[in-house]
Amino acid sequence: MTTEQSRTRSAGRPRGGQSRDGAAEAASSRGPRRPPRARVLRSTQWAAWGFLAPVVVYLGLFYAYPLYRNVDLSIRSYTVTSFVSGNAPFTGFANYRSIFASSTFAPALLNTAIFVFVSIGFQFAIGLALAVFFHRNFRLSGLLRALFLVPWLLPLLVSASTWSWMLNSDSGIVNAFLQALGLSQINWLTSPTWSLTAVLIANIWIGIPFNLVIMYSGLQSIPGDVFEAAAIDGASGWQRFWRITFPLLRPVSAITLLLGFVYTLKVFDIIWIMTKGGPATSSTTLAIWSYQLSFGSLLPDFSSAAAVGNVLIIIAVIFALVYVRARHRLEAT
Amino acid sequence: MKRRAWWLTAIGVLVTAVMLFPVYWMVNVSLTQTSNMRKSPPNLIPIDGTLTGYTVVLRQQLPYLGTSLLIGIGTVLLTLLLAAPAGYSLAKLRPRGGGVVNLLLLVAQMIPAIVMAMGFYAIYIKLGLLDSAAGLILADSTIAVPFGVLIFSAFMSRIPDELLQAARIDGAGPLRTFGSIVLPVSRNGIITVSLFAFLWAWSDFLFANTLDNGGSLEPITLGIYAYIGNNNQQWNAIMATAVVASIPAAVLLVMAQRYVAAGVTSGAVKD
Repeated sequence: MTTEQSRTRSAGRPRGGQSRDGAAEAASSRGPRRPPRARVLRSTQWAAWGFLAPVVVYLGLFYAYPLYRNVDLSIRSYTVTSFVSGNAPFTGFANYRSIFASSTFAPALLNTAIFVFVSIGFQFAIGLALAVFFHRNFRLSGLLRALFLVPWLLPLLVSASTWSWMLNSDSGIVNAFLQALGLSQINWLTSPTWSLTAVLIANIWIGIPFNLVIMYSGLQSIPGDVFEAAAIDGASGWQRFWRITFPLLRPVSAITLLLGFVYTLKVFDIIWIMTKGGPATSSTTLAIWSYQLSFGSLLPDFSSAAAVGNVLIIIAVIFALVYVRARHRLEAT
Repeated sequence: MKRRAWWLTAIGVLVTAVMLFPVYWMVNVSLTQTSNMRKSPPNLIPIDGTLTGYTVVLRQQLPYLGTSLLIGIGTVLLTLLLAAPAGYSLAKLRPRGGGVVNLLLLVAQMIPAIVMAMGFYAIYIKLGLLDSAAGLILADSTIAVPFGVLIFSAFMSRIPDELLQAARIDGAGPLRTFGSIVLPVSRNGIITVSLFAFLWAWSDFLFANTLDNGGSLEPITLGIYAYIGNNNQQWNAIMATAVVASIPAAVLLVMAQRYVAAGVTSGAVKD
């Protein structure tokens, strides 16, 4: 995988690059035949950066600057009018202190943790099970696997509104089904006990295809004779999965889980459409809270919203670093 | 072997049917009469169905669909323009500091859209870019560009070096090599990135709702949201809009399923 390679390369890159260039320069001063080579090296660097420059400028203008504005928002006291007038007093960490002290903070953090880990757990387990199933290559398996992509390709808004209606208390098909089984109806979206479960169901449904596709291609990259050898040695299907398939899938699993974590932490559309984070704070995650404070409110408090957003980024970065470290340790052993 | 595996196919069909039930339900509800909407239990198939939902869509939602198409195409063009050269550079030209750029592209994907939206809002309100197509295209492209660069560099690193060397020996400069060799052989990469960029721009709700809300240029996601938000009980019209909004996804799936799978996996799996 290229991104991985280049990431590991990046660690040793600057020094390696310099020494190589230094060697070329030293060589160029030594013999008359060397200068053209050095010039070629330098001109390919120019070309390389010429092709790369637009994206670097873009990252600066459309990532770094909005991010900087966001940090700036979070350490000042902004209102809608201060965007226009430019008057926003500097308040330091006051916004952060106030969100940590807020009664919404603890439930939002807890809901975010539950939402992320339960989502990923189910998506991954179901995705992996389906990948192993589809790997048996029966008739129609290709077509069915393609159909499995549908939930993931639909606009989130479409999936969320469909689930809203399916989980409707009085007219939803899910409650009709429960009642047909003799169970009582559940107020999926309007009761504080169930709202988080409701958005979890929808989110797990949306995430299964992604996990299925990645784990399936991970399975395909395992050479078939590994399984054959195990079968000849008399390993049962269950043993083959836990002793061979699963350990061999570890690198792919790790990246799938990390991507799942990063995506799930950001989830906004589904929860906002289905419950708006409610009732009360029962399905409010940090992303939802940030939106509620800013655009979702009649009296937007952009500064607190930005502070919540930054907390979210810090959590994502911490987990990514933990992942990178764990990976390095794995590679070292 | 094939004959014994019929029960696998049977299980597969069953599992897929369960998975796709919500999609079926969306279509079913879109065809249901308003008077049958609150019926208990609901009709499982659209008996005495109606197309009222769809006529409402055609009457009210066409401008939204047009906007989404415009935003989608704009985002695709901007993404390709930025991502293809960068992917080539990172894959083949080994720029000094390229690893850092790669890392930044990964970190960029971790920033929640809500944070980006607030940043963009603060900037756009000053520049007067709120409620403009250009503003929304720029914002939507931030979802696709980092991904696009990573995909392009994955695809382009498979181009044999001999091919590029041959071009250089024939006297082609870097730009010429890129235009007449790298781009044509990277067709699959271009398709993959375009598909995803279009789909993400088409599906975007958060940027549209924060940066483009209330103007005359609203995309289809806001069209649906307005229906739901108004406490509109016309669920057949809502679901009909949802069905229409899903068309690009369906087209993508039929026309380019292997590219979709390639796009998902090229970021995560070693080949």
